[in-house]
Amino acid sequence: MPTSLTRHRARKIGRFALPVAVSALLATSALAADQITISSWGGNYQEAISKAIWQPTAKELGITILEDSTNGLADVRAQVTANSVLWDITELTIDGCAQGQTEGLFEAIDYNVVKSEGFDPVVVQPTYIAFNYYSNVIGWSTEKFGDAGPQSWADFWNVEKFPGRRSLRNDPAEVLEAALLADGVDPAKLYPLDLDRAFKSLEKIKPNISVWWSSGAQAAQLVADGEVDMIGAWNGRISAAIKAGAKYKFTFNQGLLIADCLAIPKGVKNKDLAMKALAKAVSPEILANIPQYIDYGPANSKSYDTGKIPPELAKTLNTAPENAAKQAIVRGDWWGEHGQEARDRWAKFINQ
Amino acid sequence: MAPHAAEAMEGDARRERLRLLALSSPAFLLVFVVLLIPVGWLFFLSFIDKDGFTLSHYARLWQNDAYFEIFRVTFLSSFLVTVLTVVLGYPLAYLLSQLPRRAAIIGLTVVLLPFWTSLLVRTYAWLVLLQRKGLVNSTLMSLGLIDEPLNLVYNMSGVVIGMVHIMLPFMVLPLYATMRSIDPGLMRAAISLGAPRRKAFFTIFAPLSLPGVIAGSLLVFIYCLGFYITPQVLGGGRINLVSMKILENATIYSDWGAASALGVVLLVVTLLLFKAIQMIVPVDRLMGRS
Repeated sequence: MPTSLTRHRARKIGRFALPVAVSALLATSALAADQITISSWGGNYQEAISKAIWQPTAKELGITILEDSTNGLADVRAQVTANSVLWDITELTIDGCAQGQTEGLFEAIDYNVVKSEGFDPVVVQPTYIAFNYYSNVIGWSTEKFGDAGPQSWADFWNVEKFPGRRSLRNDPAEVLEAALLADGVDPAKLYPLDLDRAFKSLEKIKPNISVWWSSGAQAAQLVADGEVDMIGAWNGRISAAIKAGAKYKFTFNQGLLIADCLAIPKGVKNKDLAMKALAKAVSPEILANIPQYIDYGPANSKSYDTGKIPPELAKTLNTAPENAAKQAIVRGDWWGEHGQEARDRWAKFINQ
Repeated sequence: MAPHAAEAMEGDARRERLRLLALSSPAFLLVFVVLLIPVGWLFFLSFIDKDGFTLSHYARLWQNDAYFEIFRVTFLSSFLVTVLTVVLGYPLAYLLSQLPRRAAIIGLTVVLLPFWTSLLVRTYAWLVLLQRKGLVNSTLMSLGLIDEPLNLVYNMSGVVIGMVHIMLPFMVLPLYATMRSIDPGLMRAAISLGAPRRKAFFTIFAPLSLPGVIAGSLLVFIYCLGFYITPQVLGGGRINLVSMKILENATIYSDWGAASALGVVLLVVTLLLFKAIQMIVPVDRLMGRS
């Protein structure tokens, strides 16, 4: 049932996709045998990922990799349903990948070609594989708490021990996980998320949340301006604010690892080459380039054995083995399936 | 002879009407393409799912009481902003309307000045002023007026302050236009016949300026119902408006049905509200359409 519903939705979106389809027809004529197109999130981020991943991949395989930017799953859905796939490999958030897998939008990954050794099995899926991680971590103002800030979500929830203004993400993803950890759930047994328990835990902290941030930039601004005394936010945003002079610290303790993943949209012209490029891109050696350009951790733990990541740098990275061990992975497959239900309850929770 | 002349005149009139219609057809076409078609399409989508006709999108809104609260907060904030812009805008527009034209034009330019700055910049400027370590709080604290920073932003007050600032020109302009067109002789006549200034103002000027108040209020209120960026930034996730839910449904879930249903409900509730207002206040007569 859910599949047919989403498929229908996909078809509906397909009709809006005419301009995409037309440009696809124009693009196919220029398609060369040794050329693929990838898509990522644009901006500074894509620039960094291009230098770290796609340019080296193209060089090593001796192919041309063109780049485009994506707005997410809706773009992929439009291309696949219009049967005019522009991208050989696309980057998506982990719940986007999970949703796309459910909808049947991706080609199966050939794990004889793509080596999945070194990845957490949770993010090695039939049609997608993780390639980097960011983390939702606990940060605190050193003006307020010095070095002794909250070290767990239970501390974050403890308003007597750590009085002060707090901020969390304005979305159930990552926050429900934090709420369950605060309530004492074993990190290894987070999933399937117990929604009742999570929202009950959130009710306790809600009166003490001054701001629910809705974009990474907003979280960074809250940290930079000292607007809140502690925050659950993405590590790259907090570290950027600290580099710019914010009096803040963060810990990887009980951080929540969120993957971005790669998938091959269904119906690509050059599937074999796409598979080869994907295999190269997620190899430990190539993934190990990421930290040179941007504060994201490679998804393959073997990247840390390549010698390309100096130990000093590794200490600051969320996926370095000693840091990863303190954190829990956010399960995109769960969110792909239960996201809408969780967000409906979230709307209720936040408006009461 | 006479019937022929009448026919000819009628023919002329018909040609005249057609010519007028032809001249205004580009405008009609534009309204049709950018307004009627999308709204009709929105309406259609809100009743459709995989099996054809459905009320499920509306049922979902009805069953989740969060949506009731979201609509309540949307209308409440729009109402507050409208009232405050009237309170702030009316004296300002009155002052401008009493000034010599040259001075009034300078005053109006100052009112319009914020339009030269992007909405986003003005919104973030309020954040800089209102936040905990912002200019307002640090000034008040250094003056010793308060000990703890006031919660000026990331709540309803922040949203309303930001929106009032942005909406004020939309109130002042129609008010000014109406007040300028009031014959100053009427006030002078009332005063010369012995009415005190205050009484003359309230019995002559204020009622005559009502069409401006209503036009400005409608403009501000309707604009506020769809406000997105300012409440998003200044509300800190604690103020949730219909526009935000529409965006969430459309972009995160590609759920056009749910997003459309929200849009249709907003439109219908707004229309009903105006019908109700129309029954209490004779809007048509005040606006000069008897």
